Amino acid sequence: MTRNSPATLAELREGEEACLDRIDLPEPEARRLMEMGFLPGTRIAAARSSPFGDPRVFRVDGSEVALRRETAERLMVRESSDIRGG
Amino acid sequence: MSKVPSSSAVVAARPPGTSNAARTVALVGPPNSGKSTLFNRLTGLRQKVANYPGVTVEKRLGRTKLQGQDVLLVDLPGVYSLEPRTEDEQVTHDLLRGRMDDVPKPDAVVLIVDVTNLGRQLTLAGPILSLGLPTLVVLNMADDLKRRGGTVDVDALAEQVGTPVALVSARTGEGLSAVGEFLQGAFGVPRPVELPIISNVPSCRQWSAELGKRARYRAPLPSNWTRRLDGVFLHPVAGPLIFVMVVLAVFQTIFQAAVPLMDGVETMIAVSGGWLQSALPESWLRSLLIEGIWGGVGSVVVFLPQILLLFIFIGVLEDSGYMARAALIADRTMAKVGLEGKSFIPLISAYACAIPAILSTRTIANQRDRMATILIAPFMTCSARLPVYTLVIAAFIPEEPVYARTATMIGLYLLGFVAAVLTAAVLKSSVLKSARTPFMLEMPSYRMPTLRSIGLRLLDRAKIFLRRAGTVIMATTIVLWFLASVPLQNGEPPEIAESVAGTIGRTMEPVIEPLGFNWRIGIGIITSLAAREVIVGTLGTIYGMEADEGSLELQSALQSDLTLPGAIALLIYFAFAMQCMSTVAVVRRETGGWKWAIIQFSYMTALGYVCAFAAYRILS
Repeated sequence: MTRNSPATLAELREGEEACLDRIDLPEPEARRLMEMGFLPGTRIAAARSSPFGDPRVFRVDGSEVALRRETAERLMVRESSDIRGG
Repeated sequence: MSKVPSSSAVVAARPPGTSNAARTVALVGPPNSGKSTLFNRLTGLRQKVANYPGVTVEKRLGRTKLQGQDVLLVDLPGVYSLEPRTEDEQVTHDLLRGRMDDVPKPDAVVLIVDVTNLGRQLTLAGPILSLGLPTLVVLNMADDLKRRGGTVDVDALAEQVGTPVALVSARTGEGLSAVGEFLQGAFGVPRPVELPIISNVPSCRQWSAELGKRARYRAPLPSNWTRRLDGVFLHPVAGPLIFVMVVLAVFQTIFQAAVPLMDGVETMIAVSGGWLQSALPESWLRSLLIEGIWGGVGSVVVFLPQILLLFIFIGVLEDSGYMARAALIADRTMAKVGLEGKSFIPLISAYACAIPAILSTRTIANQRDRMATILIAPFMTCSARLPVYTLVIAAFIPEEPVYARTATMIGLYLLGFVAAVLTAAVLKSSVLKSARTPFMLEMPSYRMPTLRSIGLRLLDRAKIFLRRAGTVIMATTIVLWFLASVPLQNGEPPEIAESVAGTIGRTMEPVIEPLGFNWRIGIGIITSLAAREVIVGTLGTIYGMEADEGSLELQSALQSDLTLPGAIALLIYFAFAMQCMSTVAVVRRETGGWKWAIIQFSYMTALGYVCAFAAYRILS
């Protein structure tokens, strides 16, 4: 299956990873995300989601952080690489 | 264990004139790095610890004496930076800057980080070291690091940060001697090192990455257990299924396994009461002791085993790391009513007691979300409701089929939860409407709950329960016994219906009659405003005083007082009504005034009344 490479974290499928480009959120939230490891340039992998699909857990900088889809959509990524083929 | 680089081993730098005062040492670190576990180790206190971020929401002081040096330790809520975003983080921030009225600015800081993720956790080291206070860096969870194959050169790290470093496991107690030395003031101000620009997160992170590299840090392998367990618990089918099965098992156990234990306690109370009765001459004192205290307090103490069983489950839930997953699973539901998944953690704590739950809402960044969570938390079935539910269910719901009682109990828990969620939906779509704040929750690794930590929880819980029985419940029982014994008629105590207590009950009877309650239940509703389980004690006292010979069994006495519809109405009333003055007081404090406390009290009581009335009408 072919598809465009993901543009935001929300588009990553379980097992895929991508490089965070920028955070499109107001300063206090963006800052907290950065403190939790979501720094531009960091590789982020999508892990399990809640049984209902949302929120999803992301592996970032050695820890696992759960984000809602609406937040993940604001985290822009570049160049994805399927590590386990989606 | 680290040897301190000699260049930094300066003698304690304490401000002059405070040499006799206790040194104040603050414990700081990211959330869930083990600050409270270390605090408990060092002070011998029992600050609550659990495996999820945000357990500690206020400062907690503890004293420890080390070779003549008094040390005042301050346990603090976890922070990601020195830029507070929530009320609990504000506490840490204010204390470190010396802006607290009741605690002096700390003389030294212990920075505790989880060594299994050193790079990211040390991001906080830059801001903390920039405070310029003597600092000890504690690398916690050494046991995890070793087991999962990670390593770190402690001496090299100490050299890099210019301040002593200790590798410890607060959970097992390994490596704590260096912490003791530090607390005594053995080490002085940090040797200046080049710090990152502390307001710039990437700069701090880069700096800490550099530290890790120079300290030859090798990160441990990811916790396989955590991934495997998440594969099961968050599985689309197995996850919810396991959740439901666990809930069923918990309730069945609380009901079935508790019975023999409760019977045991009941027998002990009955035997000791009987012994006391025969040992004492007949007098008012004997009546107070036997009917008042033994009958009242005793009938509540019977529920101790059941409550402890419930707390074993809560303990496993909180210590294992499942709590954060539960918040994740519940987030969708919470989002629908306009709250975030983080609100779910206080709601789960409210199954134990609404008061700590209301305090734990301090971790919620959005003030309106926090307020809504405070307002709905008392709907969750707290452990004080358990004795009331158990008593009424055992008296009115048949033992066969086996699931009837369990199903009723689960129904009551669901009822409370549904009331909470619907109330939240109303609040969040009207007076407490707000923009949504992003949900960000760190998932802790799963850990095996230790017998020690579960045992300590049970011990503490038993103490709290018995203290309540010995204070609030004992006091209301004595007052009730007195009010039920006056006015004397011809020098004899009156029939209870004619006593002051009886008169109060009969006066309110017209109000509660539509719910199927009589004046005895009415007295119980009034006394249980102090605390819900007091109604059990109250009925125990009233029936004890009424019975001619010894004490009548509580369940059968209740059966003659209530019909089945009335019993259901009573259960519903207790599910909704705010029968707890301590909660009202805490809500007043946390919301900064009487307004919300009064609104909440009136709303819950009215809801309880209306729903109990409807249930009684429909069923009879």
